[in-house]
Amino acid sequence: MPIGDLAPELAVLLTAVTVLLLAMVLAQRHHGWCAALALSGLAVAAGIAHAQAVAYRLTFSGTFALDGATAWARLLIVGLTALCIGMSPRWFASDRRHGEVYAMFLFSALGAMAMAGAADLMELVIGVLLSSVTGYVLAAYHRDWAISLEAGMKYFLVGALANALLVIGVVLVMGTAGSTAYSELSGSIPESPLALTGLALILTGLFFKMGAVPAHTWVPDVAEGAPVPAAAFLTVVPKIAGSIALYRVVALAPGIEALGLLVALVAAVTMTVGNLSALWQEDVRRLLGWSSVSQTGYALMAVAVAGLAPQALPALIAFMGVYGIANIVAFASVAELRGRTSITDYAGLLGSRPGPVVALAVAFLSLVGIPPLVGFFGKLVLFTAALEAGLAWLAILAVANTVLSLFYYLRVLSPAVFGSSETEAASLSGSARVTLWLSLALLLAATIAWSPLWSALPAVLLP
Amino acid sequence: MLTFAILIPLLAAGTLAVAPLGETVSRWTATGAAALSLLALVVVWISGGEGFRAVAEVPWVPELGIAWRVGVDGMSLALALMSALLFVVATAWPIDLHNARAYYAWMAFLAGVSIGLFVTLDLIVFYVFFDLSLVGMYFLIGRWGHGEAQHAALKFFVYTLAGSLLILIGIIVLALNMPTLTFDMRAMIDSPPLAAAGLVPGLVFLAFVIGFGIKTPIFPFHTWLPPAHVNAPGPASAILAGVLLKMGTYGLIRIPLQMMPETFARWALPLGIVGVISILWGSIVAFAQDNMKRRIAYTSVNHMGYTVLGIAVAGSALGSEAARQLALTGAVVEMIAHGLITGALFLIAGAVWQRTADYHLPNFGGLAGPAPRLTGAATLAAFASLGLPGLAGFVAELHIFLGAFAVYPWLAAIGLLGILITAALFLRMLRQMFFGDLPKERADFTDLAGVEVALLTALLALIVLIGVWPVWLLGLIDAGLLIPVSGAGG
Repeated sequence: MPIGDLAPELAVLLTAVTVLLLAMVLAQRHHGWCAALALSGLAVAAGIAHAQAVAYRLTFSGTFALDGATAWARLLIVGLTALCIGMSPRWFASDRRHGEVYAMFLFSALGAMAMAGAADLMELVIGVLLSSVTGYVLAAYHRDWAISLEAGMKYFLVGALANALLVIGVVLVMGTAGSTAYSELSGSIPESPLALTGLALILTGLFFKMGAVPAHTWVPDVAEGAPVPAAAFLTVVPKIAGSIALYRVVALAPGIEALGLLVALVAAVTMTVGNLSALWQEDVRRLLGWSSVSQTGYALMAVAVAGLAPQALPALIAFMGVYGIANIVAFASVAELRGRTSITDYAGLLGSRPGPVVALAVAFLSLVGIPPLVGFFGKLVLFTAALEAGLAWLAILAVANTVLSLFYYLRVLSPAVFGSSETEAASLSGSARVTLWLSLALLLAATIAWSPLWSALPAVLLP
Repeated sequence: MLTFAILIPLLAAGTLAVAPLGETVSRWTATGAAALSLLALVVVWISGGEGFRAVAEVPWVPELGIAWRVGVDGMSLALALMSALLFVVATAWPIDLHNARAYYAWMAFLAGVSIGLFVTLDLIVFYVFFDLSLVGMYFLIGRWGHGEAQHAALKFFVYTLAGSLLILIGIIVLALNMPTLTFDMRAMIDSPPLAAAGLVPGLVFLAFVIGFGIKTPIFPFHTWLPPAHVNAPGPASAILAGVLLKMGTYGLIRIPLQMMPETFARWALPLGIVGVISILWGSIVAFAQDNMKRRIAYTSVNHMGYTVLGIAVAGSALGSEAARQLALTGAVVEMIAHGLITGALFLIAGAVWQRTADYHLPNFGGLAGPAPRLTGAATLAAFASLGLPGLAGFVAELHIFLGAFAVYPWLAAIGLLGILITAALFLRMLRQMFFGDLPKERADFTDLAGVEVALLTALLALIVLIGVWPVWLLGLIDAGLLIPVSGAGG
């Protein structure tokens, strides 16, 4: 058993267990050390993942793919989880179970890593379940606050249903195709109604992880109710993993055109529903949640053209990466502002808190895709892939949605920048502020280093 | 050299954004940066050359065929020179401001971006600058505008982003249809992609026309323009009308006309009709406005209509080549002339607002008494705008209509009506503002100060110069090179 192939995952797992134990022995006021330990574990995992980035093989009896997509997913998941952990110490400082939250983050990240690398349907189920179960806990972490509980409950209910469908789908596909390993399924899934139903159910399970229609309803609630670091995590990390897992599944059946069409339709509905719902939100966190639904819709464009456009996979990874960074910057700004929610409370913030407002503006403009920010390149490669594969209608719809999205982002920004206010705004400072600047620096660095990053993205997948 | 012209104002903007400078220093930093850009462009102009000159290229994203490519031909050099000049004047223009340093930072940023848009030879870089100009103008209007500034800024941003994204789609389709993926404008002009007839070229052309049409703006996509102008501060209006609107027509010439000549020829007549509708609509609606700035704003729709008519004629592949060249020359001269004239008019409007905080024309009258210098400048600019011979507007419109009569005589005849209405509306405005009785509350109206006079004089002198001796400008533009060879069939 080549145990070293899973070294990054094992590093995260061991760190999670150690953090849990440490949180049990340390007094609550010292739980900040758990964050430090979690971060160092993630650093080790990232180092190993980077060292393994050149590998290109199936491992663990063909259940786990070590390829470019896994490498990028690992680095993104580990890096972005670290940023979410960075926001947390002050946020959870008064929480009685402060230290355990880091273990939850790590376990959830582990689930995401397993999901992204899965080359076997069973392995996929394990990854999805691990990521989901920990996600429910993270969403409801403020258990004295009804809205947080509601978010967790909604996430759990939608998730339980979606995961059940996923398992049924796996059973159907296994029954008709005779295997769960991707290497054997690839190209040999029969075009029977039963197998198609199974595939559609698997897709539904992954749509839940990505926050796509019809399993998107948890996203705004989680964005609003979950602790802000957890909201940032849940709207980014499982999505990145889910999108790569989805791409792997869709790429298994290149002959079945209905699959691509299904994803294209879901993409169209998801981006439109997300944007229309975001338009008149009065709560910035809820607005961020809906915006993240619409961003999922854009990302699905790349999945819809899997196999039709040569740049579909790099476009997907690039888009999810730049979306993830920008979304983390946005949530980090909100965290730095102590979770400030109502749009009206943002009026005139530029005067009293210029830092978070500028960061929020950059994040929003990147999410819209205003050049030269990296979000523009994400959309550029996405549109190019869609147009190359002949999905012009989807690209046009995405354009229309982008214009819509600008409207609601500006609804937050314009009072913040143009308005005026006398009241002082409180800030979280400490590591939350450091994280904000770090994530903003990451966004700008990705903007500058776009060209080498893009050429390093993988174009092919295992198996 | 062109890269310097872009980077100097951008660096100045960055400096202004972080360094704690006073208001006067900020203003002179912005003006100085624009002036240095102008100087760099003049150097390029003096060194001369044929076709694209002062070309430089640095790879950016080689896998996608994107590179930092700069270079100018006569048209873009003329537009860049005009923009730089207008930025010098607009930043030097005295205006009372809060947060002056940030205002001048955005102005300098916008200067770099606008000049960059005209001198780049890469479609993605073009798009980058196109969008950044929206961001800059959004913050200028929203933060330093008056009245419903935030609403106007929002409308402006959303509206024009819709246009720019259509352009992006068009650009991507063009690039995908090149033999190898590239966004190099020169390559696309030399071997136009999408030459065959069919649905796709038609749709791409439509995307470009709507996208650039929103920016220009042409009827029916002009509705964002009046609120944006009315609520923007005077110098920002001057930039918006003088520089940003030109991006639309410049794009229309550079991309659809030069890169898809055959499709353009097929759709030239509808475009010409839209141009004529803009001419008439702009002038008629302008006539009905009581708000001074709104009236000037609608004349922009009217004037850009002339430009679009000229471009449509140039790409029609009908009539003689000489006629089409005339029309295109006229269109480019109209862009320059309109930039200078409307820039001057909006600065004058800004001066009036600075003194009275009012744009309502019936509240004015008899200003010729207390403010003879303002009256003189406004009269000259208005006459230039309505196309009085001997001034710049006349040269442009003469060329456009000479060309148009040879290709679409009926359209040209209808379009001429627009000139009549424009003349009437400007004369009425001058009468309302400057003649008749002076209202009591305007008794202490002060005339233009020294700096204002000097800046306006520079613009107006250039307008007169182009009017009486246009040869140098026509030689610089050299429209013969702009019309693509494959379009010269008729």
